[in-house]
Amino acid sequence: MNIFENIGKYFVLMKAAFTKPVRAKIFGKRILAEIDSIGINSIWIISIVSVFMGAVLTLQVAINFENPFIPRYLVGLSTRDTMILEFSSTVICLILAGKVGSNIASEIGTMRITEQIDALEIMGVNSANYLILPKIVAAFITFPFLSILSIILGIVGGYLVSLFTGVVSLYDYVYGLHYAFIPFYVFYTLIKMCVFAVIITSVSSFCGYYTQGGALEVGVSSTKAVVYSIIIILIFNLILTQLLLT
Amino acid sequence: MIEVKNISKSFNEHKVLDGINAEFQPGQVSMIIGQSGSGKTVLLKSIIGLYIPEDGEILFDGREFVGASIKFQREIRKEIGMLFQGGALFTSLTVEENVMFPLNLFTDYSKSEKLDRVNFCLERVNIKDSNYLYPAEISGGMQKRVAIARAISLNPKYLFCDEPNSGLDPQNSILIDRLIKELTQEYNMTTIVNTHDMNSVMEIADKVYFINKAKVWWSGNNEEIFHSDNKELNDFVFASELFKKIKENL
Repeated sequence: MNIFENIGKYFVLMKAAFTKPVRAKIFGKRILAEIDSIGINSIWIISIVSVFMGAVLTLQVAINFENPFIPRYLVGLSTRDTMILEFSSTVICLILAGKVGSNIASEIGTMRITEQIDALEIMGVNSANYLILPKIVAAFITFPFLSILSIILGIVGGYLVSLFTGVVSLYDYVYGLHYAFIPFYVFYTLIKMCVFAVIITSVSSFCGYYTQGGALEVGVSSTKAVVYSIIIILIFNLILTQLLLT
Repeated sequence: MIEVKNISKSFNEHKVLDGINAEFQPGQVSMIIGQSGSGKTVLLKSIIGLYIPEDGEILFDGREFVGASIKFQREIRKEIGMLFQGGALFTSLTVEENVMFPLNLFTDYSKSEKLDRVNFCLERVNIKDSNYLYPAEISGGMQKRVAIARAISLNPKYLFCDEPNSGLDPQNSILIDRLIKELTQEYNMTTIVNTHDMNSVMEIADKVYFINKAKVWWSGNNEEIFHSDNKELNDFVFASELFKKIKENL
């Protein structure tokens, strides 16, 4: 199947997904369940990765800035800006593409091969709307919060490494965090998170929805979901950065 | 009544259905039989709109289904109950939630009314004390019966069953067959069953369509099968020694 046919099928599926739900109450319940599955269940992995990445970033920057002409507070500034601009949006979304994307593709793919999606259709339910839209909405709501959490925990990681190793003084680190702060960077990262949320959930749903065959093909769909999501995230990262920061 | 008129369907230039005509009456169990790969499932899925036929018409009580809008097709589908080969129960929902699923979506019943309806449907298919179990925690036969309970929860006018006995032991098979027959007569449903189980055909079929080489090769009632001189039908039906002996003793 060629790429243009896949793109066409993707938009047809999204058109079917973005319709008015049959029951607002059921749609609300589905969103809450997906917020739990997609967002809340990702907090632990985001937290662990962010704390350690913040700590490592601080260590690496501090080691590389061993020069009397470079002010030490730049360690805090570098950690803050790296977390805000790139790590807590793009890198976190690459991780979420692996965790959430593969989960969505395998869930929907399994429903496809066990005829659960056919069962929904036979009941007169718009299966794309019922299965996919709540996931997109839930990710759209929760991903920005995960990004904020990641920024905070990354900075905390840097703070802890400064505290316990003394690689940079706490005063310099905190001063660097405050220095030349541009609030628009946070807005930029939140926009990226919203876009990436839609990419991960919709692309993974698409891969799962059109699964054909058996368990092996569900695995293939799951892998495709992660790979396609990552590639599209990287492309959109470039486009959004060009549009918003230059 | 469901009328199928001149339906054709191909996959990659391989004709699976070629000008199929059939009529399925309410209150009757109509069975589609044929070898594996003969197009039975494609015919069933074409009737319910999961496959789009290239030619022909499908009428649900005179209402054209094939060319209708998706919205209209969804309205008709609310009158359809379907029993899938593997049950197709939602694995993340309990037995009770599975049967309640269509009621939640398409009725304005109160919670107690929905529960009453769920319990009525489950009792009708002889499922007791399993409301809070998940599909993975019940047997294959029970899963099929829960799927029937879900299919009848909205009082459908049409019931479709895709190989309802596959993977079941003989006792459970007969149980499911009789349930389908009873429900069809009780609710005057138009029931279409897709099977290659000749025991089921002999047990409950009112009308039989034999699909061979993408066409309706033979049709009649289950009694007439024994007296037919159609070679392909005889080769299919009397393939087993048991049925050969039955025919010899007639």
